[in-house]
Amino acid sequence: MNARTLGVRADDLRSTAGGARHPEPHPERHPERHLERRAAGSTFLADLRVVAGRALRQVPREPSSVLPAVFVPAFFYAVNLGALEKLASGAAGFDYKAFLLPMAVAFAVTGMSRAPTLVTDIQDGYFDRLLMTPVRRVALLLGLMAADVVVVIALCVPVLVVGFAVGVHFRTGIPGIAAFVGISALWGLAFTGFPYAVALKTGSPAAVNAVFVTFFPLFFLTDAVVPKAALTGWFSVIATYNPVTYLLGALRSLETAGWRPASLLEGLGALGGIGIVGMTLALGALRGRLRAGA
Amino acid sequence: MAEGLTRSYGAKTAVDHLDLEVRKGEVYGFLGPNGAGKSTLVRMLCTLLAPSAGRAVVAGFDVAQAPMEVRTRIGAALQEAALDGKQTGRELLVLQGRLFGMRSAQVRKRLEQVLDLVDIGSAIDRRIATYSGGMKRRLDLAAALVHEPEVLFLDEPTTGLDPWSRTKVWEEVRRLNAEMSMTIFLTTQYLEEADALAGRIGIISGGRLVAQGPPEVLKREVGLELISLEVDGEASQALAALGQVRGCTSVAQSGSTFTVGTPDASGILSELVLGLTSAGLRVKSLEVRTPSLDDVFFATTGSAIDAGALR
Repeated sequence: MNARTLGVRADDLRSTAGGARHPEPHPERHPERHLERRAAGSTFLADLRVVAGRALRQVPREPSSVLPAVFVPAFFYAVNLGALEKLASGAAGFDYKAFLLPMAVAFAVTGMSRAPTLVTDIQDGYFDRLLMTPVRRVALLLGLMAADVVVVIALCVPVLVVGFAVGVHFRTGIPGIAAFVGISALWGLAFTGFPYAVALKTGSPAAVNAVFVTFFPLFFLTDAVVPKAALTGWFSVIATYNPVTYLLGALRSLETAGWRPASLLEGLGALGGIGIVGMTLALGALRGRLRAGA
Repeated sequence: MAEGLTRSYGAKTAVDHLDLEVRKGEVYGFLGPNGAGKSTLVRMLCTLLAPSAGRAVVAGFDVAQAPMEVRTRIGAALQEAALDGKQTGRELLVLQGRLFGMRSAQVRKRLEQVLDLVDIGSAIDRRIATYSGGMKRRLDLAAALVHEPEVLFLDEPTTGLDPWSRTKVWEEVRRLNAEMSMTIFLTTQYLEEADALAGRIGIISGGRLVAQGPPEVLKREVGLELISLEVDGEASQALAALGQVRGCTSVAQSGSTFTVGTPDASGILSELVLGLTSAGLRVKSLEVRTPSLDDVFFATTGSAIDAGALR
């Protein structure tokens, strides 16, 4: 003890500590029941479900966080279609409506994450409350990402409906549409690592919003609105090395070319690469925050 | 239990080789001014912050070696109510129970008890963002209790609360301790709060535990009686004059006020005044009283606790 106890005598401590203020433990109290409860009721999936459930409940309460993700891509789709369709549909059999649809869907789902909510939790101290529960730390991050996947799938639907309304067809049929949505959801998931990494690293809403800015060059320096064959010079070179080009290619193949394993593998490889980088950064940021003491 | 517990932020040491033992089933009050290291200590004991050195055992488990075991057994209401404004009070409490692995039926049952405690009424189904500060504090406390922890950490639980809400929290702390034998570690700036609730008190200053013991014993150690004198004149002369008075066991100075500890105030009163007058000093005011925790705090830290905290 390095406490200067002001000369407190040991028997003083004993007599007071055992006094009226400190009754003996309640006979019906069983401390071990906490362990039993935890062991019986909680698995990693249960943790994930609880965290994701809370995140999903918040979505309709913050419509402003998802509505722009529907309207903005639909707007871009309509504008690009109106402005470029005649120009781009020069080649026989080229369907510009179908060509452009992956751009709209990818635009809707990219950067759609609950990272701003995570920042609010950090700033409000609620993240600390979560950290003081026995929930598995990784579940706090993956639960939010799982919620993001659900939101992303929901966001694909209205954009696809717009596409169908203007006459887009899938050569791969309903399974192709499902694969299209699945790949879009995986892309959304792959990209979420970046905003979560920034949220956990900085705890700053402005920094999280800035992540979306990094997406613009990644997204537009591709064949998003003009076929790759029409690209020239430095733009073509960048588009060739841009993973988003291959993601869009995979999605387009499902619409217009049928089941083409090579295109799908290229797309999945691209989003896998982005996902590994994003997830590594996000998990690293989580680890760093936990080490630093939230 | 903490042994040599230390936490540094760069060159600054917030908690410095702190040794502490809190007994099962007691309310332990941890006093200190702002920046003394109270919250840092609580964050380490709650597994939110890794110690830089030393070790701490909470509910039988080492906070660094077995943090999950510790988390299962503790509840905490930290300095700022840690809530999510977008959830309703009920949703937050249910989520809290689920995060502790409780089944839905268990949570529902427990919620009935906890809702009795928080006394939020029908607002429990409203979004937390609409709650008053007092309601948020009470909900925060309820969230800390949903899973029936063995050890409850309350970090300045009544700071910013109105007197009614403060009294409610005090009642609840007493009830939890008396009925459930819950060990409660309470940090506070309010001496009155520590005095009212805690069986033992620790005083932290500059990251170090400078005093520990039951409030009554700590007060007794300062002196059975205290004489406060406001003196007009040179402080060093006053200290010298007071030090010569027989029966004067301690002298503490704060500005022009001197506090003398003695077992017999009435016996030395005239000699004190005479001594000061003989030294050419004028006694402006004089008060005889029994020691308070403020006096203990002053005697151990050399300063009064943050005046803003004294209510």
